[in-house]
Amino acid sequence: MNAPNQSGWKPGTPVEGHTAMNGPDTATGNRALMLEEPLIFEIAGNDTTGVDLPEPQGGKNRLGGLERSAPIGLPGLSEPETVRHYTRLSRQNYAIDLGLFPLGSCTMKHNPRLNEKIARMPGFADVHPLQPVDTVRGALEVANELAHWLIELTGMHGVAMSPKAGAHGELCGILCIRAALEARGDAREVILVPESAHGTNPATAAFAGYRVEDIPANGDGRVDLEALKARLGPDVAGVMITNPNTCGLFERDMKAISDAVHAAGGFVYCDGANFNAIVGKVRPGDLGVDAMHINLHKTFSTPHGGGGPGSGPVVLSEALSPYGPLPFTARTEDGVVHLVEEENADEFAHTKAFGRMTAFHGQTGMFTRALAYILSHGADGLKQVAEDAVLNANYLLRSLDDVLDAPFAHSGPCMHEALFSDKGFADDISTLDLAKALIDEGYHPMTMYFPLVVHGAMLVEPTETESKAALDQFILALRHVAERAKAGDEGMKSAPYYAPRRRLDETLAARKPLLAWADQSAPPGKPSLSEQGGR
Amino acid sequence: MARYFTEEHEWIDLEGDTATVGITDYAQEQLGDIVFVELPEIGMVIDKGKDAAVVESVKAASDVYAPISGEVMEANPALEDDPALVNTAPEEDGWFFKMTVSDKSQLEGLMDAKAYKSFCNEL
Repeated sequence: MNAPNQSGWKPGTPVEGHTAMNGPDTATGNRALMLEEPLIFEIAGNDTTGVDLPEPQGGKNRLGGLERSAPIGLPGLSEPETVRHYTRLSRQNYAIDLGLFPLGSCTMKHNPRLNEKIARMPGFADVHPLQPVDTVRGALEVANELAHWLIELTGMHGVAMSPKAGAHGELCGILCIRAALEARGDAREVILVPESAHGTNPATAAFAGYRVEDIPANGDGRVDLEALKARLGPDVAGVMITNPNTCGLFERDMKAISDAVHAAGGFVYCDGANFNAIVGKVRPGDLGVDAMHINLHKTFSTPHGGGGPGSGPVVLSEALSPYGPLPFTARTEDGVVHLVEEENADEFAHTKAFGRMTAFHGQTGMFTRALAYILSHGADGLKQVAEDAVLNANYLLRSLDDVLDAPFAHSGPCMHEALFSDKGFADDISTLDLAKALIDEGYHPMTMYFPLVVHGAMLVEPTETESKAALDQFILALRHVAERAKAGDEGMKSAPYYAPRRRLDETLAARKPLLAWADQSAPPGKPSLSEQGGR
Repeated sequence: MARYFTEEHEWIDLEGDTATVGITDYAQEQLGDIVFVELPEIGMVIDKGKDAAVVESVKAASDVYAPISGEVMEANPALEDDPALVNTAPEEDGWFFKMTVSDKSQLEGLMDAKAYKSFCNEL
């Protein structure tokens, strides 16, 4: 293993018997370039203003007495004050551009700058959804080209491009299933969801009006095929399966599951959030999947996690494609890409659409980035994305399974993420304590307490964009905190020590959330939003 | 009064034809700090094994299943303001709801305190 930080310098390197972190207090509360930042209302209240506008002269007031006279309650900052406030806050944040971001199930990988360059071209960046179609041919071409490649990569029949994120895509897929069932006069009530599925799956099924029933996992962490088969029947509309699943495992019985569900008259929804582990290697269409969303922001590296909007196109089988939502793009024989909406759906023989998921056409900026990613990687590159994602996760799993319990290590190689449990930790040390200690080591924690099938779960997804050196340093950090957890290091219960804020009271935050700022000096009276708390 | 336990970590106190239902000390320990409890509406008829309540902790949200079939008579109003009661007194003041018992034979096969304790020890 490479020794990281060979010069030996650290922010907390001891100096003359004390460390940089417990040096003398400063007058400002700042610690060199680590700045204390007040709330924006504390910088400037709403009694100040950052802009001076002249009183309006002349002209007729046409508001008929409805003009605003009370202050609007926004803080009065100048532009440089505003810029500094948010830049300072951003320095206290952690981001993929700062380091490895091991959040399992989230695929926090590098967003290639080429994607950004392409997405910022004015012809893509400055279009408006209400522009005449003839003025946005390039953007439509991109949407259509991306749709083609998503269908090609998944081996499916059609694609709904408009859903805005993964869970939105799930809803779109389930509404397609509902529409297909209703079209054959076969309203069904139940959606089966295995324990190893994403948490959004049961929520989606319930939101679409279905009753959700669990299917247990087997000892390997995969769907219990026999339990699933036993539950199938004329009331089951379909199953929602995450593949690769949240234990980081490939559902090897996927084809058998699909065949059994189809034989019982149901449909198969596959949560494709983890498609990055199999892209270029496996086509879900070949496994009998009827609908699957693809998180462009995960598999195809468009920014997310506060850095950009998601995008969740749904690929559809031949059976479900007729029910896909409007609008979408279609190329006619003359080579022109058309936008298919309610007015012209007849011309494109798409008359059974269940409706719309969005007012407009989808996340154009994400389409551009995803297509740039697909075309710049090519078929061989995409295959290597999947291979490297799996290689990195397995390297991590096998480098740590001597200090951390890996409950499914016996189930074969993992896919894109490694799952550990808290077995072996000292009695009073929890997964939460380990995660907080990892913050002190300079990492965003992994996903905790999910999936639920594992006690004190830690789900780690390194992604394919980390080098071996970066993985080695993360392994060093995780190994260190794991050893402390096993030894019962009480100091972990007070971690983090070096973050801008120490251990926050998550319970109080959830029980009595303060959701809006309130002027503490305001006269008592009607309670403010924040004082009301609650949901 | 007899107390029964389920494998889903619920306890049931039977008093006449009324059952009081809550989650066990083991369950609250596993869930961690409870931040929210969603209770069933009074008058709701629930079937054994179906969702009856939702309990949310800083770690996870979990369904609480109806251990038996019946009609909900009362939901614990104290949990609305103070969900932490489930942590501090899970098997007393932190009860979830009271329900009628439509079929007492459903109680057969549930565990008593001793059997539940050894069940937990094996987990």
